[in-house]
Amino acid sequence: MTSITKPPVRHPGLPRNALGLTKRDYEGAMSTLCAGCGHDSVTAALIQSFWELDLPPDRAAKMSGIGCSSKTTAYFMKESHGFNSVHGRMPSVTSGANAANRDLTYIGISGDGDSLSIGLGQLCHAIRRNVNMLYMLENNGVYGLTKGQFSASADIGSMSKKGEANEQAPIDPVLLALTLGASFVARSFSGDKTQLVPIIKAGLSHRGFALIDVISPCVSFNDHDGSTKSYAYMREHEMEAVDADFVPLRREIILPEDHAAVTVVQLHDGSTVRLRSTSPDYNPTDREKAYKHVRSCQKRGEVATGLLFIDEAGRDLHDMNRTVKTPLAELPFETLCPGKGAMDALMERYR
Amino acid sequence: MSGINDFAFKMATVNGTGSASANSLLMQAIFRMGIPVTGKNIFPSNIQGLPTWYEIRVSKDGYTARPPEIDLVVALNPSTYAKDVATVRPGGYLLYDSSWPLDPTLVRPGITILGVPFGQMCIQTFERDRDRTLLRNIAYVGALAALLKIDMQVVEVMLNEKYGKKKALLKANHTAIRLGYDYATAHLECPLPFHLEHLDKTSNAILIDGNTACALGAVYAGATVGAWYPITPSTSLMESFKGFCERYRVDAESGLNKYCILQAEDELSAAGITIGAGWMGARAFTNTSGPGISLMQEFIGLAYYTEIPAVFFDVQRCGPATGMPTRTQQADLMSLAYASHGDTKHIVLFPANPAECFEMAVTAFDLAERFQTPVFVASDLDIGMNDWMVPRLQWDDSYRPDRGKVLDSAALEKVKKFSRYSDVDGDGIAARTLPGSGAKGAYFVRGSGHDKHAAYTEDSDAYLEVVNRLVLKFETAALTVPKPDMRLQDGSETGVVTIGSCDAAVREAVDRLREQGVHVDFMRIKSFPFGPEVRDFLARHANTFVIEQNRDAQLRALLAIETGIPRDLMIPVLDYSGMPLTCTALVAAVTKYLAEVPA
Ligand SMILES: Cc1ncc(C[n+]2csc(CCOP(=O)(O)OP(=O)(O)O)c2C)c(N)n1
Ligand code: SF4
Ligand SMILES: [Mg+2]
Repeated sequence: MTSITKPPVRHPGLPRNALGLTKRDYEGAMSTLCAGCGHDSVTAALIQSFWELDLPPDRAAKMSGIGCSSKTTAYFMKESHGFNSVHGRMPSVTSGANAANRDLTYIGISGDGDSLSIGLGQLCHAIRRNVNMLYMLENNGVYGLTKGQFSASADIGSMSKKGEANEQAPIDPVLLALTLGASFVARSFSGDKTQLVPIIKAGLSHRGFALIDVISPCVSFNDHDGSTKSYAYMREHEMEAVDADFVPLRREIILPEDHAAVTVVQLHDGSTVRLRSTSPDYNPTDREKAYKHVRSCQKRGEVATGLLFIDEAGRDLHDMNRTVKTPLAELPFETLCPGKGAMDALMERYR
Repeated sequence: MSGINDFAFKMATVNGTGSASANSLLMQAIFRMGIPVTGKNIFPSNIQGLPTWYEIRVSKDGYTARPPEIDLVVALNPSTYAKDVATVRPGGYLLYDSSWPLDPTLVRPGITILGVPFGQMCIQTFERDRDRTLLRNIAYVGALAALLKIDMQVVEVMLNEKYGKKKALLKANHTAIRLGYDYATAHLECPLPFHLEHLDKTSNAILIDGNTACALGAVYAGATVGAWYPITPSTSLMESFKGFCERYRVDAESGLNKYCILQAEDELSAAGITIGAGWMGARAFTNTSGPGISLMQEFIGLAYYTEIPAVFFDVQRCGPATGMPTRTQQADLMSLAYASHGDTKHIVLFPANPAECFEMAVTAFDLAERFQTPVFVASDLDIGMNDWMVPRLQWDDSYRPDRGKVLDSAALEKVKKFSRYSDVDGDGIAARTLPGSGAKGAYFVRGSGHDKHAAYTEDSDAYLEVVNRLVLKFETAALTVPKPDMRLQDGSETGVVTIGSCDAAVREAVDRLREQGVHVDFMRIKSFPFGPEVRDFLARHANTFVIEQNRDAQLRALLAIETGIPRDLMIPVLDYSGMPLTCTALVAAVTKYLAEVPA
């Protein structure tokens, strides 16, 4: 993956967060993606979210597979360790990393090819394992890096740049995650920072697997008429279900104007996420209704966006495996090795 | 063979009928009589209803290889009668269930046929069908106890240990064992000419299988993350690890686990989990067999190139493809040594028995962290799933894990600039940092081309600097990995080279050859890459036999590639039938070769 180091520039006037860091401190290497690529907007939203959340960069781990989208882990938080693994296998590497060190914040970045074709199994099983991580699926309906082949999220009838129509049914990661029991399912659009930033923050604060499907147009191979993942198409067909207005405890709570339509969900770290339904009976804590909502939007040719489902009571990988609170990687050897006495006693059982 | 404390017998039964526990009872009783003993379970890839055999070898001299001859066959599976009667050595014995008339297939001149009506006695004595089937096995243990002079007191103690709390079961087992014992004593000439007599040769030994020993090694080495996907014959490795962890790794105060076992969706994922955990600084491993190794290839290359420690236990079985999952082989040697695309080479350890499984498991974790690379422990089905008699496992409390070059926050303070892939010490090993240990040590792991600072590169020189350093690292490893086991005799011009579980049979063959006046030097490879002593051994001998369990002489190929000794100067002796090796193949090959070579 290509990356260009940015020259360090000081901006004394920039606002600082609780850690004394400016947004610049959350940036990474210079992006080498095509100008206008949706993925860069997602990176910007991520940087904004980390900064607003006062996330210490050295306590985060950036995980990715292979693709233009997967490259973007190099473009933010240069002070975090990062792992650009193999195509479609980021979920397993993150599962292992998280099993070994539960104290870090895991940010996984993937693409629709990485997640829905070669890595579909890995995505499904990371959801089932409920790995505590943010999983950004930067969805452009194509394989960007290999130059424009249809991905498994391309809609029926969507046209490739060469003029071929896709005839295979798409996989919708949101419906998939809802069926598999994911505890946090959201969708947004790379061009909609106002909606995306609160959702990312909610996803980061959620304990468990948080999937955000971000429609992120590929300007080089999938941003033309006939593509259902283009900027123009999205602006026309996006249908916001729930506003996520993320409010960490340390910050002032701003109430939305419409009080009645607000659902407050307490997140595991004590902060709350405020959800504003566009329709009064939408309940983001009801999996069945979320599924129905997404399906009915789909039938109308609309894309349901927003925080679609959240369940804060889920048990994550460590709960299910009943692991100790200290990260396994930090347990001193002396507390792991049973020692000579135990060995000598054990040997009697093999006689 | 064939004498007091020196013989072999075999039970031919149907799997799923409870014979397995009867067979291990027999073996353990002999062991407790102080007599060296080995058991080989030859079982089908199926849960119930197919033929299964259990061979027990008794050897006062301590030979643990599969027996070259069978003195007594207990034929309890009509579907394999023809095959079973053929395996009795001339002058040997066959014991059958005389509840039914003698099947003509069992009649063979030159052997003695013994009948005990096991089925009938059990039907008369026990009411439930289940008991009648299960206890028939215990009844044959009783008959064998009489024929072979197994100490009944030892057997009784073992039954008490096993069923002590379940009074009804205990009573039924005692009854069944007596049925067989009393019938044999009354109707047959007991004991047979070959039988058992108490010895004192097992007090420092244990009976253990290699998968259990590997798992115990992982626990003692401090492994905390295990990832796997079930596959015969490696499954019991992770099951044992779980068992040991439940015993030794539960925090007394909180009741929480100091380990995490993840049963992954496939072997790709199991490899990914292992690598992710290794990157985080936990000691992590996965266990699998050939098909799983095939699936893990891409990840193995990633760990090699990004220099992440990971331990892989490959319990080899018969390939190719699904092959014969319950038969043994050493046919993954090549695919482990150079696993993954591109230029890759790996550290591989080859245990010869469960005791070495334990030791090498610990060594594997040390080497993986020291060299920041995948390390394979190449066991096989014979070692992994059979109970072997080995010396009691020892632990030295002064052991401390070799974590390799890891810069923690304090160490990072002292360096001017951290550069992940820079060889500061000239041994090919660069220092790493662990995520979470501070911003200064942060770097980006990438499987794509990178320079010594871990930055992306497509520049030839920057790329070459890293991959060439990996060669140096591998050369350093060759001097560090376990050295071969050698037994030299004065002035011998003939050498035999072997590997892994062939060890016991080959050492027995060397003794046999010496008895015939043929003196051969012995070398057992314990690891890859090969140290300089391996090349020296090959260069020193005019004739070298390489004996291994695969069709394509993979060890010989590796020796030729890595030492430069021409392949055709080494004579392959290959047994890839799926059965554990006996000493006969090598004895025959050497004898034949030397007879043909003009002196
Ligand atoms: C095993 C393997 N097969 C194929 C590739 C080639 N490849 C690289 S990226 C990619 C598709 C990426 O698509 P997506 O995840 O949607 O990312 P995007 O570039 O669209 O952001 C493919 C097929 C690879 N790197 N590895
Ligand atoms: S090819 Fe498409 S996805 Fe890749 S960088 Fe360019 S615009 Fe983005
Ligand atoms: Mg894509």
